[in-house]
Amino acid sequence: MRHKYDEKKIRRVIGEKVQFVQGDASAVYGALLAGCSFFAGYPITPASETAELMSKLLPKAGGVYIQMEDEIASMGAIIGASWAGAKTMTTTSGPGFSLMQENIGYACMTETPCVVIDVQRSGPSTGQPTEGSQGDMMQARWGTHGDHEIIALSPNSVQETLDLTIEAFNLSEKYRTPVILLTDGEIGHLREKCVMPEKGEFEIIDRKGPTVGRDKYVPFQADESLVPSMARFGDGYHVYVTGLTHVEKGYPSTSSAEDHDRLVRRLVDKIEKNRKSITMVEKDYQKGSKIAILAYGASARPSAAAVRKLRRKRKKVDFLRLITIWPFPNEEVRELADRVDRIYVPEMNLGQLVHPIREAAEGRAKIIQVPRIGGPLHTPKEIMDAMRKKA
Amino acid sequence: MMRKEIRIAGFGGQGIVLSGFILGQAALLDGNNAVQSQSYGPEARGGAAKSEVIISDEKIDYPRVTEADVFIAMSQEAYDKLQGDLKERSLILIDKDLVDASSKAIKGIPFTSTADKLGKKIVANVVMLGALTAMTGIVSKDSILKAIKTNVPKKAIEINMKAFEKGYKLGGG
Amino acid sequence: MGLREDYLKKFEGKTYFWLGDEACAYGGVFGGCNFFTGYPITPASEVAEVISGELPNVGGYHVQMEDEIASIAALIGGVWAGARGMTATSGPGFSLMQENIGYAIMTETPCVIVDVQRSGPSTGQATKPAQGDVMQARWGTHGDHNIIALAPNSVQECFDLMIRCFNLSEEYRTPVILLMDGEIGHLRERITVPSLKSIKLKKRKKGKKKDLLFGGELIPPFKEIGDGHYLHVTGSTHKENGIRDVESQKVHEKLVTRLYDKIEKNREKLVDLEEKWMDDAKIAVISYGAAARPTEGAVALLRKKRKKIGFMRLRTIWPFPREQVRALGKKVKKIYVPEMNLGQLSREIERFVDCPVVGIPKIGGIVHTIREITTAMERS
Repeated sequence: MRHKYDEKKIRRVIGEKVQFVQGDASAVYGALLAGCSFFAGYPITPASETAELMSKLLPKAGGVYIQMEDEIASMGAIIGASWAGAKTMTTTSGPGFSLMQENIGYACMTETPCVVIDVQRSGPSTGQPTEGSQGDMMQARWGTHGDHEIIALSPNSVQETLDLTIEAFNLSEKYRTPVILLTDGEIGHLREKCVMPEKGEFEIIDRKGPTVGRDKYVPFQADESLVPSMARFGDGYHVYVTGLTHVEKGYPSTSSAEDHDRLVRRLVDKIEKNRKSITMVEKDYQKGSKIAILAYGASARPSAAAVRKLRRKRKKVDFLRLITIWPFPNEEVRELADRVDRIYVPEMNLGQLVHPIREAAEGRAKIIQVPRIGGPLHTPKEIMDAMRKKA
Repeated sequence: MMRKEIRIAGFGGQGIVLSGFILGQAALLDGNNAVQSQSYGPEARGGAAKSEVIISDEKIDYPRVTEADVFIAMSQEAYDKLQGDLKERSLILIDKDLVDASSKAIKGIPFTSTADKLGKKIVANVVMLGALTAMTGIVSKDSILKAIKTNVPKKAIEINMKAFEKGYKLGGG
Repeated sequence: MGLREDYLKKFEGKTYFWLGDEACAYGGVFGGCNFFTGYPITPASEVAEVISGELPNVGGYHVQMEDEIASIAALIGGVWAGARGMTATSGPGFSLMQENIGYAIMTETPCVIVDVQRSGPSTGQATKPAQGDVMQARWGTHGDHNIIALAPNSVQECFDLMIRCFNLSEEYRTPVILLMDGEIGHLRERITVPSLKSIKLKKRKKGKKKDLLFGGELIPPFKEIGDGHYLHVTGSTHKENGIRDVESQKVHEKLVTRLYDKIEKNREKLVDLEEKWMDDAKIAVISYGAAARPTEGAVALLRKKRKKIGFMRLRTIWPFPREQVRALGKKVKKIYVPEMNLGQLSREIERFVDCPVVGIPKIGGIVHTIREITTAMERS
């Protein structure tokens, strides 16, 4: 019994084309439209609303919803279900995201497509459950051990949460990797107009299945795309899946340096070499600007307002908004650093992306952080006041 | 550009967040853009609750209130804590039954006792929405009635409609 | 002289041929450890094995827990009950511990976590060393936080830096990570145990009734369960007396900024690195841990060929010695960074220097050879 993408059912379950909903809800709509058929999760503020709505709608759309005993089990379940052929997703916040790190590494190593939504809240530890933050940005890149790459996206609106959830599924299927959607308690709990895209307005990408017979199939052999085709458990292919270093047939190889080097480099290159098609940013540049704001996710909202207000006062300012966070848009940041003298980086944390930004800027512009923690968004005024600082 | 900022505050259980939601939905039905956010403590009842709504005919970037055009206080604590960040000619609307505030600029309407007289204190927030609609026209009466209808239980529609009308009249509509 | 001193005196001044893991265990004991919780994992299991035998000799306890999450949780609990405690694991276990490490940071619980790094990601290659968890040590847990992490490059250093880890954890009231690697962990080398007198242990600063457990000063004094104080310990944002308050922006900002500043404002005190041949250096090589061994050899070789190359070895990885690295970047034309990973600390270095940074990555479990490093340097 395999899940079939039933467009009519999904549309019926989603309901109205235009809705006034929270980011947590639009993620559900995006997931359903992308073909998600399995959700396993554990409630945590401010992500629980996604699980709640999923529990109502997913079964009606022909999928399966399970509340697991904790976040580790949730991650384990979505990996297993993905190998059974489903498009899978879980959602959590900081503490749960920390618990998931070992299994996220396992998903990277076994090239398991799945989507993990982290609705970031004030941390560290249990912190402030009902306050949004951008405190897990670096953790999304380095949270699990060992060398690995990851894809992470950050929406700045309810609409974008829907759109990027679809994108997350597509990227995870295309590159056979977990994809992290880094939203936050602000956008997750904000209500905004959300328009369901029509069929044809968005793409649905499915993982490549085997193109050869069972006797010729080599599960972790990749072509020039660096992404191996993926057989589903139950289709009759012999598949051996392990988090240990493995050869192309899937069998563990725990002593060979060459095997390890070959495998891990391919896993990393899979994403590194495809940066161009994974990277998404939004540029709003003005000729002659000497200053810029670089923001992402929730903090991009007051940043946009600050840009609008500055330009109204006839001040020239560039605005770069990162949508793909990892792999980090080095080129785009370097290009901005070439254009201006100072880049201001408002973040709802004590300064996280400001690190790879400095790395990418290579000293071509001064990077000035505008951190904020413990509560709601920066105000546009706070950002504009910070921009009076020259260093 | 018409950007209107509304802040509603009170305590948990008064339907503060729901009111914001209804207002936002009504704005959408009017063909405008809207954004609604809230903040509340972990308690299900009691504790401070606040809802903010931005309505605009253009894209809304900053989704929170910087200077409220309308501030509605449904509890004393809310009034005391949040009366800053207002424009010079902001409308301040308080529940006269629960908030003690004297100033010519403040409009006090007895939301809670009006609701109580109708038989259900819990619809005080809808009385408030009625008054708000009449006093500001920030959403059309048609749209907000539609929004209320889709967000209350079927058997409660009648009392909610009554509550709205009472509020509307009290608001001068 | 107590039970502990009587027993440890037997080791004083003697030279042993220990594994790095063994030296780590003894370093812990000499560093004051009297409580070890853990779960076996290659290549860290020897730490637990050795320390489980030794702790009873000094009046301490070893508990093998059901998994790594329980290990770190039990460690935190034990410390609050008065223990000086540690655990030891490798990559997969370190990943499992991240949530509780965040809890230890938030509750300012002094403890030592040893990560004997192995080939990853995931279960990778258990018996093959790596340096793949360096960035994870900094960013593994969620939210804004700071961390102290040290990296030994010899068996002697495993011993010495363990003592330093315990002392730093008490001084800064924070978890401290020892970033070992399977290479040094399973290497046997000569190690000399210093005299007990020469080992200065940082005593735990304990507060009086009037002292605030989570505020009042940059590093508040500790209070132990059973001392007669009223204690409230939570990972949620809390006021200076420990009582939870998750609604106030000011309370959160004050708390988290102080936790961050505890280490940030003491950066310079925490810097610990070694420099050689820097005076006339035109090029520099920065390394740490196991990779620093062949690196030093490579630089020595090139020096013999009259190449003007300087060598810097970091012993404190986090907080990162940015001022020292920044200064180095101004002085030299290029910096090479051999690492047993695909490039982790090299990125951090890149952030602070304008000269080109060339990583010399190597994965698969075999330490760089001197030739590999010299060849890579000659090539670019």
